[in-house]
Amino acid sequence: MNNLLANVDWYEIWLASFETLMMLGGSLLFTVVLGLPLGVLLFLTGPKQMFDQKALYSVLSLITNILRSLPFIILLIVMIPFTVMITGTSLGVAGAIPPLVVGATPFFARLVETALREVDRGIIEATQAMGATTKQIIISALLPEARPGILAATTVTAITLVSYTAMAGVVGAGGLGDLAIRFGYQRFQTDVMVVTVVLLLVLVQLLQMVGDRLVVHYSRK
Amino acid sequence: MIEFFQVNKAYQLGKKSITALHTTDLQIPTGQIYGLIGHSGAGKSTLMRLINRLEEPSAGRIEVDGLDITQLDASGLRSFRRKVGMIFQHFNLLTSRSVADNVALPLRLAGELSKSEINKKVSDLLARVGLENHAKKYPAQLSGGEKQRVGIARALATDPSILLCDEATSALDPQTTGQVLELLAEINRDLGLTLVLITHEMDVVRRICDQVAVMDGGVIVEQGQVADVFLHPQHPTTKRFVYEAEQVNEDEQVQNLAEVEGRILRLTFQGQATYEPLLARVAYQTAIEFSIISGRIDRIQNAPYGQLTVAFKGEKLEEAMQMLAAAEVHLDVVRYEEGHHE
Ligand SMILES: Nc1ncnc2c1ncn2[C@@H]1O[C@H](COP(=O)(O)OP(=O)(O)OP(=O)(O)O)[C@@H](O)[C@H]1O
Ligand SMILES: [Mg+2]
Repeated sequence: MNNLLANVDWYEIWLASFETLMMLGGSLLFTVVLGLPLGVLLFLTGPKQMFDQKALYSVLSLITNILRSLPFIILLIVMIPFTVMITGTSLGVAGAIPPLVVGATPFFARLVETALREVDRGIIEATQAMGATTKQIIISALLPEARPGILAATTVTAITLVSYTAMAGVVGAGGLGDLAIRFGYQRFQTDVMVVTVVLLLVLVQLLQMVGDRLVVHYSRK
Repeated sequence: MIEFFQVNKAYQLGKKSITALHTTDLQIPTGQIYGLIGHSGAGKSTLMRLINRLEEPSAGRIEVDGLDITQLDASGLRSFRRKVGMIFQHFNLLTSRSVADNVALPLRLAGELSKSEINKKVSDLLARVGLENHAKKYPAQLSGGEKQRVGIARALATDPSILLCDEATSALDPQTTGQVLELLAEINRDLGLTLVLITHEMDVVRRICDQVAVMDGGVIVEQGQVADVFLHPQHPTTKRFVYEAEQVNEDEQVQNLAEVEGRILRLTFQGQATYEPLLARVAYQTAIEFSIISGRIDRIQNAPYGQLTVAFKGEKLEEAMQMLAAAEVHLDVVRYEEGHHE
């Protein structure tokens, strides 16, 4: 066993896993905090919705699409000056979070928009007929009804973020991806590569499982 | 009283404009069950949704108990809407909330009652619709009839004075339809609510409505007391709905009549006259012969009525007709006998 994994430094692995989890947790938090309102705004200003605003929707839509079409690796590099400006560094976990958030937020917002569109129009109408304000409609009807969809969107986003964190390793963010590249790829330590890949796989599986459980739990249909 | 003054509604679809409701005047008296019947696309939902301003009128004025609702600002509209309950064909319950939470929602949104007051009210409402044992269930665990009862309880939560029912029974089987209609009639009776009820079945109108408006192509083509409209339909659309409900096949009837001799009359009895042996009495006194070709005895709301198509033969036909008319039977001549001269 130890011969097979001769190059594996378990302390390094543990550290890298911790960094990956920090990056994932931090970026997912900010992605949801920023992406949820953006998704709601996209939904509300969309065609035939409550605040149908063609101009605003087009602008938001365009920005989202631009950010989504940009390859993440490019975004990482382009973002460096901006990242330094807000976190003081472009390295490590702190340096990775801004590009991760900017990369994932538009993606998540679109998924939220789609989840909200799935809510039966009749339910919005019934809530309107009760005399609800727009804010009440969003908080008391739209978001709870779309909760399974939003949870599924969060799961997909978290998993996408895992692969983004691996890429962020390239620009010195640390984490499992960084380890895989530095040792597994550049020093031909296949065993390190295998261990990191297995750990990433386990992480993705766990996220998917928890996400699916939550979706089922909140689906009352 | 709900009043429409020269109300018109057109939808803008790109450059095209579709008039869903042509300029209409309408009065719906307080406490009535007012039926709206018409084919798909006739404009029934449009008219109903103008009452709580889910649709804005393109022109005209709508007053509810003297209040011009077209002039209400956003907050005025919200408090007005609390006085107008609405139930829907597909129930539109929140799937993420339990039955009790669905019924509580309008009260929470209104924010006027404390938590315990809301709980009390919700259990009263659930008891009224017969669902006290289903409070903790989710809508997906209920049958269609039960879902509509939740919808009704929810619509009643803010003590409305008007209840709008858009095809509330169209998704239900006949037996469940009957139960839901009974519940609605009971609510109308006990709470004095004005009900506006959309349907495409004349039978629903016959069972619980006081008045009815028949719509076609965005126009109210006929309107009045249910008994009058039902027993003496004037407009072709109304006739079609009535014959459909009565399962009368007009072509078949005309054919059958060709084989019958004598003068054919349609007699309409209402109220007590329905159960009296009038025909026999008249035949006895005037020595006319009669044969019943078709007929039906039923109820409109709770009042009995009968409608018979009868062929008469005999010398004293005019006298017999006078006797029937004197007994408050409504007579329509379907066909005169051969050789009749007016
Ligand atoms: N939001 C809308 N935009 C454009 N046209 C509409 C809209 N809502 C209704 N219409 C049109 O207005 C007309 C009347 O529609 P309405 O829904 O009032 O009919 P209805 O009598 O309720 O029919 P149904 O029995 O099918 O419910 C139809 O021709 C319909 O296509
Ligand atoms: Mg309709």
